[in-house]
Amino acid sequence: MTRATRWLRRNLVVLAGLGTLAYLLLPNLVVTVFSFNKPNGRFNYAWQRFSTDAWTDPCGVAGLCGSLSLSLEIAAWSTLGATVLGTAVAFALARHRFRGRASASTLVFLPMAMPEVVMAASLATLFLNMGVSFGFWTILIAHITFCLSFVITAVKARVASMDPRLEQAAQDLYATPLQTFRRVTLPIAAPGIAAGALLSFALSFDDFVITNFNAGSTVTFPMYVWGAAQRGTPVQINVIGTAMFAVAVLCVLVGRLTTGRRRRRS
Amino acid sequence: MTDTATTGTAVRLTGLSKSYGAFTAVHPLDLAVPAGSFFALLGASGCGKTTTLRMIAGLEEPTSGTVELAGRDVTALPAYKRPVNTVFQSYALFPHLDVHENVAFGLRRRGVKSVRKQVDEMLDLVQLGDLARRHPQQLSGGQQQRVAVARALINHPDVLLLDEPLGALDLKLRRQMQLELKRIQTEVGITFVHVTHDQEEAMTMADTVAVMNAGRVEQLGAPADLYETPRTTFVANFLGTSNILRTDVLDASGTDLVLQAADTKLGLPATRCTAPARAGEKLLLGIRPEKVALTHADDAATVADGRNRVRGRIVQAGFTGVSTQYVVDSPVAPGTGLSVYVQNVERDARLVPGAEVVLHWNPGHGFGLDAAQDIEAGTEATGDTAGTTVGEGAG
Repeated sequence: MTRATRWLRRNLVVLAGLGTLAYLLLPNLVVTVFSFNKPNGRFNYAWQRFSTDAWTDPCGVAGLCGSLSLSLEIAAWSTLGATVLGTAVAFALARHRFRGRASASTLVFLPMAMPEVVMAASLATLFLNMGVSFGFWTILIAHITFCLSFVITAVKARVASMDPRLEQAAQDLYATPLQTFRRVTLPIAAPGIAAGALLSFALSFDDFVITNFNAGSTVTFPMYVWGAAQRGTPVQINVIGTAMFAVAVLCVLVGRLTTGRRRRRS
Repeated sequence: MTDTATTGTAVRLTGLSKSYGAFTAVHPLDLAVPAGSFFALLGASGCGKTTTLRMIAGLEEPTSGTVELAGRDVTALPAYKRPVNTVFQSYALFPHLDVHENVAFGLRRRGVKSVRKQVDEMLDLVQLGDLARRHPQQLSGGQQQRVAVARALINHPDVLLLDEPLGALDLKLRRQMQLELKRIQTEVGITFVHVTHDQEEAMTMADTVAVMNAGRVEQLGAPADLYETPRTTFVANFLGTSNILRTDVLDASGTDLVLQAADTKLGLPATRCTAPARAGEKLLLGIRPEKVALTHADDAATVADGRNRVRGRIVQAGFTGVSTQYVVDSPVAPGTGLSVYVQNVERDARLVPGAEVVLHWNPGHGFGLDAAQDIEAGTEATGDTAGTTVGEGAG
């Protein structure tokens, strides 16, 4: 066996891991690099030269920042709505025995399994028939609808795996039902709720299909990007994309650091 | 026990029962636990002992009957208003709180502001002072168990309820924790009600043991009394091991009953028989394996007069170190044979499988039982684990 093959054998796992990471992150890298481009013409597809123009003026393109803040607003509200509703539903499904519980559990899965475009078209038909005018509210309602399933699934898994004796122990230690929920149930369910909320935010923020069917003349950020891509892609889109990615990475890092520190302190 | 004085009774259960639909987990139960005592509820899994404990704690609602704590009826009170605390099976420590906060939980809920001193003292009592900032998942089983005890005891409950608290520990640690719990109980003087399926544990730790079977208390008493004078075959078999012989009563008129098994006449003092015995009827005669002596048939003449004698042949001899456990085939116990434990003090080299022997014992060491019972009740229950309890399926 040659030296090279031996080295390869020993490091195969590491190499495969690095390869996969590259595969996952390469698109983000390209977006980041091209956010510093100064394209000739309207399309930002070929590298010309380095420039920070777009970073210094991210709202320089008409309508971009408006659509971005609208998307953030919708994402925030649908996260709140879906998390509160979904957590309540998850507790009901995980904790209580009632008629139709099994079918309710199955039905909750349905929106996740249904093709998005079907759901989008059905929702649009529903709103049309009810005579609701499309806009902010129809988008919000639609987003809460599809986020709900994800929150329920995440929270239910957490609640179902919780030892019921923990709440009994709390009661045994003089905690009223309300204190038991606040001091024991909620903190233990929190990671599930947080996961559901994060997922909701991400799903709502970048949803295009359902939003496009139910938005009327309102334009969210994904719709803006889609529209812009037809006519030419401003560098600012890359700037926003890079910034979003950076925020996400920052969130993960902060999360890692705080749990790591808590573990080390004890 | 003076049942009328409520001051001396920490827990009194009156007609307490629990049913889940058609299944009765606990039959109407009357029980009085003296204040300051270490009381054990002993039984195999599914016998209703944990359900009983949970009804005292207020975690399970009784179908009928009342629970009194120190003379006060608490049947209608929810768990968080009862002056009792529980050490749960598998401990149920709060995973999101550290040891200090776990122990402080009860104090904080009752609005105690400065908990630090009390928590530190309590952690010292259970020898965990230096682990206060650890989280439960970073502790060993024995340490978690002590946190659970500290978390309950810090509230100075009228009664501490322990639900199989040592079930998850390995044998050596369990022995150690038994002594530890006993020490703590003596130190703080709180009434302990301890649920267990381990008869040895119940006998080592408790002042009073209630043996439960199929939702009923079979017998209640001091460990030694239960062991020496069981009143049912279940108790005789569940607490240790017993040889139980089917006999006919020949004479029940004197101070000693005269019984017959196969062709052998056996004596039993009438005071050692709690079951009614009449000539011509059946009676079960029990004798513990360690109370029986073995003599080689050649030396049969050396056996003292007045002892019950039975002939037999050794079929099995198991050496365990401190003793040798024999199984002896005998006409008085067809099929099963008799168990005999002999201390390894002066071993007779002739006592090997196949040897003809005489088994003999002091008649006063036997005990009489009602013949209408299942002779093997309780023999298999001892091997059970304490995994599931009756109460869990119906939340």
